[in-house]
Amino acid sequence: MRIFKFWRTLLFVALLPTCLSAGNSDNQESSHGHSHHQNGKKVSREQAKEFIDHHLQDSYGFHVTEGVGFSLPVILIDEGLQVFSSSKFGSHGDQTAEVNGKFYKIFHGKIYKTGADGTLTMDHGHPTNVKPLNFSITKNVFVIILMSAFLIYLFSSVAKSYNKGNLAPSGAAKFLEPIIIFVRDEIAIPNIGEKHYKRYMSFLLTTFFFIWFLNLLGMTPLGVNVTGNLSVTACLAIITYCITTFSGNKNYWGHIFWMPGVPTPMKIILAPIELLGTIIKPFALMIRLYANMTAGHVVIMSLLSLILVFNTHVATGSFLTLTLVISVLELLVAALQAYIFTMLAALYFGSAVEEAHH
Amino acid sequence: MEALFENLSIGLFAWQALVFVVLIFLLSKFAWKPILKAVNDRETSISDALNAAEKAKEEMKLLQSKNEDLLKEAREERDSILKEANAVKAKIVAEAKEQAKAEGDSIVAAAKESIDNEKMAAVSELKNQVAVLSIEIAEKIIRQELSGADKQKALADNLADEISLN
Repeated sequence: MRIFKFWRTLLFVALLPTCLSAGNSDNQESSHGHSHHQNGKKVSREQAKEFIDHHLQDSYGFHVTEGVGFSLPVILIDEGLQVFSSSKFGSHGDQTAEVNGKFYKIFHGKIYKTGADGTLTMDHGHPTNVKPLNFSITKNVFVIILMSAFLIYLFSSVAKSYNKGNLAPSGAAKFLEPIIIFVRDEIAIPNIGEKHYKRYMSFLLTTFFFIWFLNLLGMTPLGVNVTGNLSVTACLAIITYCITTFSGNKNYWGHIFWMPGVPTPMKIILAPIELLGTIIKPFALMIRLYANMTAGHVVIMSLLSLILVFNTHVATGSFLTLTLVISVLELLVAALQAYIFTMLAALYFGSAVEEAHH
Repeated sequence: MEALFENLSIGLFAWQALVFVVLIFLLSKFAWKPILKAVNDRETSISDALNAAEKAKEEMKLLQSKNEDLLKEAREERDSILKEANAVKAKIVAEAKEQAKAEGDSIVAAAKESIDNEKMAAVSELKNQVAVLSIEIAEKIIRQELSGADKQKALADNLADEISLN
């Protein structure tokens, strides 16, 4: 396992600069309109920043490096369903796409409706054009669906390995079963309690492995950043909030609206605070996962960018070493964040189903 | 903060919600439930086996103490049987001795009696024999004494003398 991680990290460190330089050539091309390879050339800080920003964001195509990748379908709701390939926006997403007599343009990752000339009317740096409802299969959506398929394949094969009648775990189950038992014995049971934990196991296990595997995937040179996307973490947090709210018992709501054991004026003051607390808790979940994963990506990519910014042998050696160290740390963070999210979700469920014990 | 929330995408959110809910449902049905059931079953079977082993151990202990009791009892019984046998043996020996003695005595007594009888018979026969012999001798003597007339006269004289003396 350790060796596996090490090689993955090494691979990651080795491949990311290629990715980065390719990304930069991308920028160069779009801004200067001529194509030449950037290897061996210095990169400005602004270019590095733009590349990192670009990496952190979602996109309408899946491009690992320049020329390696594919377009994904864009789905818009604009007087009916408009489905077309993102390649219509051009290889750099800067062209106007024409679909069924309608024209669309991408600005900062959002699709706006334009006229045939493709102009955006700007107001304080924001386009005032109409934004049609956008349900495109973006890179993140694509990765989420792929990861879900992988999770289903992986864990149903694990489940099948038990059906063969062997009592001891075999194959992938050998590695995954201790983690499943860890989620049950160290996350679910202590926080929710023996009596109720079974109802939440599906959510907790799915969330744990979903976040963990996507965090790890984020460390590969594929350039995906799903768990560092606010929409994704917001969705996870809102689902957590809904489950907590709907499983809240009398005791839970009693503690929110009419805190037992404190004087009446205090109860009145506490009620809105507690009510707000129920929203702040999942909000913190959302921000924590997003911020941690984004920060990790930014740090690693900045360190790698510095190699190209300085472009000397000393910088290459030292920043590669530093990146290696931070990558190992990020591997820990990937598991840790999955653990923390699951653990806190379990804690909230636990408080919702806790029985009165006064 | 504003820039942060500008990044929120309803489309991505909706897809994530849809995919994630479906994922929970599918994994729950095809993975988590069977896996947790298998793990649970195994844990129960292990704890059952451990309990059974513990029980067997206790039973074994009980059996052992029972065996020891049984052994002790058997030993006691053996001792008592031996004692009894010894007593019986002594009694039998004593009885046999007594009987033998009585038998011997009676045999000796019978022998004595028969010896006495034989002796008596022998003595009486001897007596008869002696009487017969005496008579024969007397007859022979008398015959000799009275073989001549002078002798008969002498006797008659002798007898006549005796009578006159009386």
